[in-house]
Amino acid sequence: MRLSLRELAVAYRAPAGGSLPALGPISFDVAAQEFVCVVGPSGCGKSTLIRVLAGLAPASTGAALCDGELIEGPMPRIAVMFQDANLMPWRTVLDNIALPLEIAGMARAARYKIVRKLLPQLHLERFEQAYPAELSGGMAQRVALGRAIVQNPRVWLLDEPFGALDALTRERLSLELLRLRQRYTQTIIMVTHDISEAVFLADRVIVLSRRPGQLVADISVGLPRPRSSDMLYQRDFLQLTKRVRASIEELGN
Amino acid sequence: MRKSPTVLTHNHDTEPWVRFSLLLRRLSPILAVICLLLLWAWISERELISHILVPPPGDVYRAFVGALADGVLAKHAFVTLQEMLYGLLLGVGIGLAVGYAIAKLPLLEYILAPIIVGFQSTPIVAYAPLLVIWFGSGPASKVVTTAVIVFFPTLVNTIVGIRGVSPKLRDLMRSLKAGRWRTFRHLEAPSALPVILAGLKTSTTLAVIGAVVGEFVSQGSGLGYLVTAARNLYDTPLVIVAVLTMTTISLCLYGLVALVEWRFLVWQRRSNI
Ligand SMILES: Nc1ncnc2c1ncn2[C@@H]1O[C@H](COP(=O)(O)OP(=O)(O)O)[C@@H](O)[C@H]1O
Ligand SMILES: [Mg+2]
Repeated sequence: MRLSLRELAVAYRAPAGGSLPALGPISFDVAAQEFVCVVGPSGCGKSTLIRVLAGLAPASTGAALCDGELIEGPMPRIAVMFQDANLMPWRTVLDNIALPLEIAGMARAARYKIVRKLLPQLHLERFEQAYPAELSGGMAQRVALGRAIVQNPRVWLLDEPFGALDALTRERLSLELLRLRQRYTQTIIMVTHDISEAVFLADRVIVLSRRPGQLVADISVGLPRPRSSDMLYQRDFLQLTKRVRASIEELGN
Repeated sequence: MRKSPTVLTHNHDTEPWVRFSLLLRRLSPILAVICLLLLWAWISERELISHILVPPPGDVYRAFVGALADGVLAKHAFVTLQEMLYGLLLGVGIGLAVGYAIAKLPLLEYILAPIIVGFQSTPIVAYAPLLVIWFGSGPASKVVTTAVIVFFPTLVNTIVGIRGVSPKLRDLMRSLKAGRWRTFRHLEAPSALPVILAGLKTSTTLAVIGAVVGEFVSQGSGLGYLVTAARNLYDTPLVIVAVLTMTTISLCLYGLVALVEWRFLVWQRRSNI
């Protein structure tokens, strides 16, 4: 699925009255099966962008389109994942991942069968009966990822999905994300504050300005796929991260 | 060769003194009750206080066996239990419904708050007679008294529980296109359940107050009536038997809710480790 932003802008109501611009106006397109990372200073509207694309927040002006169709509310083929795994503490791993299927009205046996097939890919097969409080941060994010995959979406929206994890876990999960993407060929928009993570994962890195976030750079990452951790030390990779860093630093304070 | 990690698997709980202190802690409530009974026996044995005021445990036991044998105790206890259960059903049911509505519609809270708070700040004994006038001296007035008294904790806990649902999980349900019913069934109800069950525990102990106050006000039957009747005959042992029966009923209902909690909130127990 293809995503397009057309002069999209979002403003929140200010507590003292009036409106506070949080994002845009911003326009860019994401091709089908493209992996786009969005970076920018904190508070520049990255989460707001994800929420609009997810149909959870309305655009103030302009529009967000999915395959040419206006996004006005949540769409079944678009899945979202947040920084906090956002699991239901009263559900086991198995039932958390199965939630979208249960809401869609699928019978228990059928949904468990689907989830159990997915668990090994997420390295969670030994934890299907565990509760979220018993999981590590990385495991919880893998459950959230599983819950997104099981919806069989065409678009993944990821808002700093690994932001709360330690560096090593983050790197491992990034590789797993790429592997899963290959298998499920998705269009992905991922917000991150980690420049090398963005370059490592994406086909394109989009840099937003300070609030209200506008597009200041759109950098193509020409690195070959599949990507591997060795690339993190190669010249092309380092040059790209430098370019992204430079365009962020140009924003000044 | 793999050596078994003895240091890590060594379990401190198995050390004798730890086990003894754990056992002591478990038994201490029972020990406290035994001490109280011994104190009671000692006081009445030496007749430090007149037997009419504090009868010896033996007399109370005989009164208990007597009331049990001629069916008086069972009859009145059953009446009270029935009033409590219907009252709980009514009060908790309405409390859940109104609480949910208020949690979803803040305007409703604005409208209803003065009425509800007014009701709550009036002592139940003050308007129990009014309920007897309205609902007759039969069981209906006691059921209503019980319902009124258990309504409030249910209401408050329902509001707190439903308002406490994580907004992020609400977003998740929205992005999954879950309708009103499925959001209730899969998010709101399980999320609010711990708070609501805590409220239900309070309600069960209040229910006995409601029923007995009703029985005090209008005579007829029930443990509250038994207390009044026995007191008029200066049958202090029977008064104590009736009171202890109320305690037992309310403890049993409390235990029942605790059991439900234990059964349904496995995740909370596992999360607290
Ligand atoms: N619900 C809201 N109401 C008012 N202001 C908001 C709301 N959500 C976010 N904002 C403001 O909008 C700006 C952008 O927020 P956000 O999209 O979360 O930024 P980012 O994810 O890039 O850190 C921030 O300055 C934030 O304070
Ligand atoms: Mg954010």
